[in-house]
Amino acid sequence: MKAFLVPLAALAMMILTGAPLCAQEDVVAGLSQDRIDITADFDGSDILIYGAVKRETPLPDGPLDVIITVEGPSEPENVRRKSRVVGVWLNTDVVTIDLAPSFYAVATTGPFTEIVSDTEDLRYSISIPRAIRSVGAPQTVENSQEFTDALIRLRTQRGLYALNEGGIRLTEQTLFRTDIDLPANLVEGNYTTRIFLLRDRRVVSLYEKTIFVRKVGLERWLFRLAHQQPAVYGILALVIAAVAGWTASAVFRLIRR
Amino acid sequence: MTAPMQFYLPIAEVSVNAFLLFGLGGIVGVLSGLFGVGGGFLITPLLFFIGIPPTVAVATGANQVVASSISGVLVHLKRKTVDIRMGTVLMLGGLAGSTAGIWLFNLLSRLGQIDLTVQLSYVVFLGIVGTMMLQESLRSMSRARRAQPVKRSQHMWVHRLPLKVKFRTSGLYISIIPPLLVGFFVGILAAVMGVGGGFIMVPAMIYLLNMPTKVVIGTSLYQIIFVTAFTTFMHALTNQSVDLMLALMLILGGVIGAQIGAQLAMRLKAEQLRVLLALLVLSVCLKLSWDLVATPDELFSIAARSGG
Repeated sequence: MKAFLVPLAALAMMILTGAPLCAQEDVVAGLSQDRIDITADFDGSDILIYGAVKRETPLPDGPLDVIITVEGPSEPENVRRKSRVVGVWLNTDVVTIDLAPSFYAVATTGPFTEIVSDTEDLRYSISIPRAIRSVGAPQTVENSQEFTDALIRLRTQRGLYALNEGGIRLTEQTLFRTDIDLPANLVEGNYTTRIFLLRDRRVVSLYEKTIFVRKVGLERWLFRLAHQQPAVYGILALVIAAVAGWTASAVFRLIRR
Repeated sequence: MTAPMQFYLPIAEVSVNAFLLFGLGGIVGVLSGLFGVGGGFLITPLLFFIGIPPTVAVATGANQVVASSISGVLVHLKRKTVDIRMGTVLMLGGLAGSTAGIWLFNLLSRLGQIDLTVQLSYVVFLGIVGTMMLQESLRSMSRARRAQPVKRSQHMWVHRLPLKVKFRTSGLYISIIPPLLVGFFVGILAAVMGVGGGFIMVPAMIYLLNMPTKVVIGTSLYQIIFVTAFTTFMHALTNQSVDLMLALMLILGGVIGAQIGAQLAMRLKAEQLRVLLALLVLSVCLKLSWDLVATPDELFSIAARSGG
């Protein structure tokens, strides 16, 4: 019994003190921008993430791998499935995914499963399916996994989820860089960038940085007004419509003369 | 700014091409000027097609109708072809209908059936109205050839209802119950479908209320302004789903298009135009029904997040 407990305690200690992370290798990283402004002509953006591995000790044996993730704000999502009822397709089943990031991009130096172990993936929620938290579907729905898969598929099609294996260029086991595409349909919020250093499929170092994605200028003003003072916003919408309608007919009356 | 001008819509939270929106508004505007219809019934489904969330499309569509109706009603007010009293009665029914419609809309959104409801409503109403218009215009084309006067049908039951009021501009002395009901019904459509409802209102006024044709369009536009304004406001208040940027583009394209359409209408034959409109309405209807019964490529969808 004791023999069994000792390694367990050691594991617990390791987790508590973050033992695997107090490694000799650390990340020094930079982002091409840590603020994304969503303006009226915002058409997506890409951020360059670059950095270097800082070492106090000589280069350890074995290859070094890097994984970079960028994660947008998470929200619960309802995923619906259509089925045919009396000849017409309609939404019949719904599964609520507890928390799914609105944006999630993963870039790696190599094939995902070869450079990181399942346990580490589970622990740090690195891969796309792991980044989605779903407790379970209602009993009435079969194959709830299909709904999570569908969420990933739909978001991947829209460029919101991406796995770019081999998308990081690593030079001399020290310098790395990658580009992350941010699509135009980006949601406002704080985006977390994580840089993992891996050796032997285990995370040896983790670096985090936040990117702020904000609507600015008119966009921000309109969004806030719509949500904070919907009555004022509604009236504004009507005034604009009235003025535009009236102006148009006035202008054309002038032209016709 | 780059050549294909993308525009980020703050409420819809998608980026779309400004010229596409402007063109969409413009084409629908030309049609509305040409045929004297609001065009909301075309704008809303077209917005779905370019990826605007349905809740935003419906609410913003209503806002666009406000602008185009104001632009249209001014001409009619000048010609004195607006029955203000009748318009007000229709409007009162419409406001009640819109309130009910907004409630229904929010309920169906929560149940995940709003897209289906909107599509089904379009199929049903466009189908009925398109068929009626086609029949009517084909009939009147052959009638025009034979040069027979058009007779207005008389509905006796309408005259037996209580609460009669004199509508001087229309030359009618009828109960306010039928116009209230017509208004109520169209108000529901305005809220659920994001349309002005002119395409239901106009035939109802002619065939059900026996209003003279010359005051029909003006009166319809007059009441549509208030009902869609109320609808826009309610959507903004309860769903925060009116996108001002989107509305502005559609309005700009729409009002310019409407004026061009009105000019074109003077040079073309009205009867043939009606046939064209009927065919257009029917083809939108067919496309939407096809979408309902054809096996979709993707069975799954992510529901629109409610209220930010």
